[in-house]
Amino acid sequence: MRAFVVAVFAFLYLPIALVVLFSFNAGHHASEFTGFSVQWYGKALSNPFLVEALKNSLFIATTSALLAAFCGTAAALGLQRVGARTRALFDALLGAAIVVPGVVIGISTLVALVQLFAVVNPFLAELWPTDQPPKLSLGYGSIIAAHGLFSMALVTMIVGTRLSSLDRNLVEASSDLYATPLTTFRSIVLPQIMPAVIAGFLLAFTFSFDDFIVAFFVAGAQTTLPIYVFASIRRGVTPEINAIATIVLCASVVLVLLAQWQLGRRKPSP
Amino acid sequence: MRGSLFRKNLVTTLLLAPAALWLVIFLVLPFIAIAIFSVGERAPEGGYQAALTFAQYANLPARATAFWNTMVLAPIGALACLLVAYPVAYYLALRAPDRWRLILLAMIVIPFWTSLLMRTYAWMYILGGRGIPALLAYVGIEDLRLINTPGAVLLGIVYGYLPLMILPIYVSLERLDRRLLEASADLGATPLSTFLGVTLRLSLPGVMTGFSLVMILLLGEYLIPTLLGGGKVFFIGNALVDLFLQSRNWPFGSAIAITLVLVSVVVLIIANRISTRLSGARRVDLI
Repeated sequence: MRAFVVAVFAFLYLPIALVVLFSFNAGHHASEFTGFSVQWYGKALSNPFLVEALKNSLFIATTSALLAAFCGTAAALGLQRVGARTRALFDALLGAAIVVPGVVIGISTLVALVQLFAVVNPFLAELWPTDQPPKLSLGYGSIIAAHGLFSMALVTMIVGTRLSSLDRNLVEASSDLYATPLTTFRSIVLPQIMPAVIAGFLLAFTFSFDDFIVAFFVAGAQTTLPIYVFASIRRGVTPEINAIATIVLCASVVLVLLAQWQLGRRKPSP
Repeated sequence: MRGSLFRKNLVTTLLLAPAALWLVIFLVLPFIAIAIFSVGERAPEGGYQAALTFAQYANLPARATAFWNTMVLAPIGALACLLVAYPVAYYLALRAPDRWRLILLAMIVIPFWTSLLMRTYAWMYILGGRGIPALLAYVGIEDLRLINTPGAVLLGIVYGYLPLMILPIYVSLERLDRRLLEASADLGATPLSTFLGVTLRLSLPGVMTGFSLVMILLLGEYLIPTLLGGGKVFFIGNALVDLFLQSRNWPFGSAIAITLVLVSVVVLIIANRISTRLSGARRVDLI
């Protein structure tokens, strides 16, 4: 069994290792390693389309993860204060947001937003005082909202798990000592759930930064890094893509390790 | 007293409002929108025309190949994942040395959270003309086609979804009461019958969670068949991308999407039935 497990880990990591190795290949061909070079990284980072896509992805991932961390944490706290029925309804919707395949989330958001814009835009044109009314369209906003849906559900789940293992005695002791609810929250609850909030943010960021399929549908004229990479891959495999893949993989690994470290941290003693 | 109760309710409402709005606007309403579209008609220029017809659903056989490929490869892929995942989860939960367990577990979680696009690309790179086939050509095996075959898609599926299968099985095995295993052995059961009667049986909820999650996500898979199947192995996901972004037949695409969701719900219900019949807990930790 040990040998089998070793083989599975090799299966999981060798393909990635190969991509990373050949991103440092001096030559152009995947079949032979002709020498060490970082030229493909230089090529990738001097490609203006790629840099633009990278900036877009960073902006979208940061915004949607921040919104998700904020709304998700608030929801997890709120769910502690409601009845079983409301809670079950929320849990079902949050579960759906996580489990429904990205393709379906993507197309349904696309359909709904296009219909919404078709209704709202003429109104805006009518009501706007100047000749150039703002025109709502797909772009940053729709990607952020669609990514935020999954991310928010994820944060709510992670923070909710942490809240349910919270030491109730501390909360009671705090209010027995005449702390206001806000003080109790700030000095007892928040420090204990903070690692979960940070982990949720990091995972939300990772998800948004890596997601292709949802953004593919709702991006409109915008390009994110995965959309750009997908388009390049379809034109042909080059070491430049290996270089981008290596950067993205490293970023994900760092973020996930940070998230795990946060979740594994012992609760700070008050 | 009434004032403080009011304030308490207000705070609860304010805490839940952003999430509730988000869920309604970007999950519930879009779903209602595609449900309405799916009983509509395609406008001549490619948009949507209001109607109440089941013509779109009647037309589903037009995409029978995509349904067939998905319905065959998704269960086979999930099963292949399961066969590879179970021994790994078993080893991690019951056999691995303590100081290694967390590191190994992290090594399973990391691929789960790294870009599926990049990981699928890795196999495109390896199976493509300049990868393994080029190496095999050195030793005299020529013209071996690996990429753009159903086999490549299946390999990509196992590679992509293995972590998601391992995690829930690991969780259910880790919670297993070890005393049950000892009791079974003390009562003279062979290792095999202990495994079948105790370990496997008690880990079935985890198995069902993993299987249904992988199966549902595979039903909507697009990247793996596109990159490793090269337009030869069409999935429902490919049909949806085509109908929404290329040929622009939104009502028909909506009908397919609704069908996809219904199939997912059926899969979930069956998996849920099986695991509640066998045991209680079904929670999954994805990290």
